[in-house]
Parts: sequence; structure tokens; C-alpha cells
Amino acid sequence: MSPVVQITDGAVELGGRPVLRGIDVAVRAGEVLAVLGANGSGKSTLVRTMMGLVPMVRGEVRLFGTPRADFQEWHRVGFVPQRVTAASGVPASVREVVASGRLSRRRAFWPRRREDREAVEQAIDAVGLSDKARDGVSTLSGGQQQRVLIARALAGLPDLLVLDEPTAGVDVQSQQVFADALRALVARGATIVLVTHDLGPLGPLVDRTLVMRDGRVAYDGPPIDAFTDVEAPHGHDHRTHDPAFVDHSPGVTSPWDGTRRG
Amino acid sequence: MSLLTYDFVVRALLGALFTGLAAPAVGTYLVQRRLSLMGDGIGHVAVTGVALGLLTGTSPTLTAVVVAVLGAIVIEVIRETGRTSGDVALALLFYGGIAGGVLITGLAGQSAATLNTYLFGSITTISWADVWVTLALAAVVVVLALGLSPQLFAVAQDQEFARVAGLNVRLYNLMVSVMAAVTVTVAMRTVGLLLVSALMVVPVATAQQLTRAFRTTLLAAMGLGMLASIGGVVVSANLDVAPGATIVLLALAGFLAAYPVGVLLRRRQRLAQPFSEPDDPHPIAPDVDHHTVAREDHEHAHGEDCGHSAVPHGDHVDYVHDGHRHASHGSHYDEH
Repeated sequence: MSPVVQITDGAVELGGRPVLRGIDVAVRAGEVLAVLGANGSGKSTLVRTMMGLVPMVRGEVRLFGTPRADFQEWHRVGFVPQRVTAASGVPASVREVVASGRLSRRRAFWPRRREDREAVEQAIDAVGLSDKARDGVSTLSGGQQQRVLIARALAGLPDLLVLDEPTAGVDVQSQQVFADALRALVARGATIVLVTHDLGPLGPLVDRTLVMRDGRVAYDGPPIDAFTDVEAPHGHDHRTHDPAFVDHSPGVTSPWDGTRRG
Repeated sequence: MSLLTYDFVVRALLGALFTGLAAPAVGTYLVQRRLSLMGDGIGHVAVTGVALGLLTGTSPTLTAVVVAVLGAIVIEVIRETGRTSGDVALALLFYGGIAGGVLITGLAGQSAATLNTYLFGSITTISWADVWVTLALAAVVVVLALGLSPQLFAVAQDQEFARVAGLNVRLYNLMVSVMAAVTVTVAMRTVGLLLVSALMVVPVATAQQLTRAFRTTLLAAMGLGMLASIGGVVVSANLDVAPGATIVLLALAGFLAAYPVGVLLRRRQRLAQPFSEPDDPHPIAPDVDHHTVAREDHEHAHGEDCGHSAVPHGDHVDYVHDGHRHASHGSHYDEH
């Protein structure tokens, strides 16, 4: 069976600067992969590349064996983007936001079917917000809003769930609710890719860890607790020689910033 | 009503009815995307379109639609590609639009008074052809805004999620922009180009004072927009003033009426939120003694009509007063 997600020889540039280089990653069906790494290491770009949100300068992404450009079965993919809030300029209820998760399975101009409604209610229930389904999302706490975004991804009953730092700034209770919801998904045979700083209660679920450093995969193997446990791959560190060089994040240099070399 | 015996009033009322429905329908998506001023920008660009119509002797409505749609597409492209200086680029387009309009109107040998009828609306100049165009275009806008509301909502709410859901985000964004452009030009004869943005935004702002869900906000805004438009035309026909001003002032009056109600509703909702048990697994202090007896005497028994706010807390009700939370415990009250 072909891998659920496969990146071959992937490279990504943002604003002309390399952000990912030489990426070869394959996620097999049923795996729970945690992507760890420091700020600016490219871990978020990695999953955004998988989702087709960032164009690649070389290499190929395949989703369920299909090249990403030809991939049509988006209902098999659930995505939880890195966001601080689920609110926007107009009030929206929890149920309405979660219902967006069914759009990959609905046709335009067709009314909602019963299975759509049921999937939405189940997803809201899975993150423990049933009593708040009619509330406006902006009235919820930060952790509850993150749970709404998870429920939105769950509502589409995805085979692959990709989460970009879902637990950042989320209270312990909400993290536990995540862990339970993800465990149920794993039991159903789904594949999960999870970007995070801190595994917390999600730790026991993970069965493979990827550590990103400076746009490359620094470690790929059995679970480890923290990315700082991984040794630098070439045994020396460029940064110590050049204190002015801070990171590889694009878009933070100015034209007058002459001290930076990279 | 004697006003209805005037043919032009009937035409103006029909135009206003459909404009009032369509403008807030599009406006809801603009407000959701935090682009409340986009309608205003398109209105400015459309001034050049009107002037081109006056200069070339073709229908100003037609040229305005074409120029406004082009302007809306340019705005959308700038918004999508430009990251930081997007609003400056938009501002340049706005000013270029209105300056170009005034200049070309001058070149066409038309007076400022002619341009004014487009800037602020003029019900006496609306023809039956205008009414039919307004009806048709507004109907298309309303059908799209309601029929595609799940998709448009998702795109405006979270673009990245919408893309991963397989939606053509660029197409939907362009669709909202073009719908906004069409609405602006449709509303030109009743509300006027400079005030049309108000009809897109103010009813939405009014509606969301009282609503919690997106769909009710959308529908309520359309209802409010329609009321303001019809009311504005009636008032303006009676007072013989530009309809745009009366429509917008009526819409704003609605907002002023709804705002205090909204503040009150939100406050009541906040106060009625049940107290939850602290979830902190590592309490700083040892577990609080649940039997701290309230020290002060109560001159009355807390109850449904004691006037203190009653808030559910687990299996009982707490009463909040003077910085305390008191719960009944047998013969006395406990501090909660």
C-alpha cells in the first residue's frame, strides 16, 4: 500500500530563501507522527507543504499515492491550521464553524444531509463542547476555540489528520480532550501528523518522531521527548562562529540589514 | 398611500427594496473578512466608470459596472499578492478612482450636479430600465450569497482550511469582490456611490449586536437593510432630499438603537455563565475548605426574586453580591 503522505527530495523557498531542503518523508497508514523542532526550523512549513499551501521549488508530494496537483479526494484529509482564534469579523456559532468541516463532502447549492448534521454533532461531542454548540465562538476561551477547530477537522471523518501546533497555549484539560479525540481517531485507523513544541498528554499516542532543524530532517525514528535531545547531524554548528546570524526565517531581514550572511 | 401614485416613487421603492437586500448580503462576507471599507473603495473606483459613460455618451450604469468589476478584481489581486503594503495600494486605487472621475466628468462638459446624482443617489432619475437591471443583478447576488453561504463562510473564516477542504479559494474570493462591485453599481441610483458602503456594513454591524450565529446575522442584516432602504426612500420623497443620506441615517439610527441592547445582552450572558470548578491539577493552595461559612448576616433568604444575580454552579446555585459568592447550606450560607 502506498504511503498516506510522501515527500520525495522536497525543497521549499519562501521569499527566495531556502526553508526546506532535501526532504524525504513517508508517512504510512495508521501512523501517528510527531514533528518537533525549534522556531524557524521549518516544521510548520513541512506540513503546510504536505497540504499544498506552500509551493515547492523541487521534489514531489504524494497524498494517498496521488501527486498532489492531481489529488481530488480532499474529504480524506483534515487540517487544523495554526491559529490563535476561531473567531472572525461576524459572529459564528460553534456548530456553524464545525459544519465547514463537511464542505469537502458536500456539493455547492445542495442542502445539508442528515449524515452531515450527525457528523457535526458527533465531532462537537468528541471535543466535549455539546453544551456550547449554539454559542458564538468568540465567547469561548482560547482552549475551547482550539477544540472547535479540531472538531471542524474531525467532522469530515478524515483518513489523514494534520495538526499544526494544536496545543500551543491550551490548558491541560483541553489537551486531555484532544488526546482522547485523537485516540478515538487512531482506533479507527486514521493517520495523524502533529506539529508541536510540547507533546504533553499527546505523548503516549505518538509512534514516530521527526525532528526538523534548519530546514532539514535531523531525526526520524522512534518517539523521543524533546527535539533538543537530537545531536546536530554534521557534528558542528555554524551558528557558534557567527553570532549575527540568528535564523533562516524569511521575511525578517530588511534591505539595510547588512550584518546577516547566510 | 398617495406617494405610490407617483411612478418614480414606485420605481425608487423597487430599486431600494432589492438594493437593501443585496448590499448587506455581500457586506456580511466583507465584514467577516474584515474588509468593511472595500465597498467604499469600489464605489470610488466606480466614479471613474460613471464619468467614462458621461464622456462617451454610453449608459453610465454599464460603464460603472465594467470599471467597478475591474477595480474589484485589481483590489483582490493586490490583496492576495501584496502582504504588508496592501492597504496603501488600495488607498491609491481609491483616490485615483475618484480623482479620475471628477476630471473626466469635467472633460465631458458635465456639471458637478450631474455627478452628484450618482454620488448620493437621486430617485427621480431612475428609469424602468434601471429598475429591471437592479432587480436582475440584485437577485443574482442574493441567490449566490445565500446559496453558496456555507462555502463563502468557510473561505472568509479560514482560507487555509478552505483550501485543504478542496474549495477553490481564489474563485470564491473573486466572486465576493465581483458581487460587491455589482452591488455598488446597482445601488448607485438609490444610495449613491459614496454612501453605498454604509448599506453594506451598517446593517451587519446592527445585526451582530443581537446575534450569535452567522446565518441569523446574514438574514437579519438583509432585513434591516431592506427596511432602511424603503424607509429612506419614503422619507426622502417626502422631504425632497437625496435618498442616499436618509437611507444611511436610518440604518445608523437602527445601529444606535441596537447597540445598547447588545451591550446589555452580552452583559447578561456573561453574568449568567455557570461557574465551573477549577480544573487546575496543581492547585497552589491546598484544597479550599468548601465549608467556609459566609460571615455576614443575610437580611433575606436568597431566592429567585431577591435581586442578586443567581448563577448555576455544579448542582446548586450561587448568589453573587458585594464581591462574594454565596450558596445556601442548610441554615446558613457558604462562601463559594
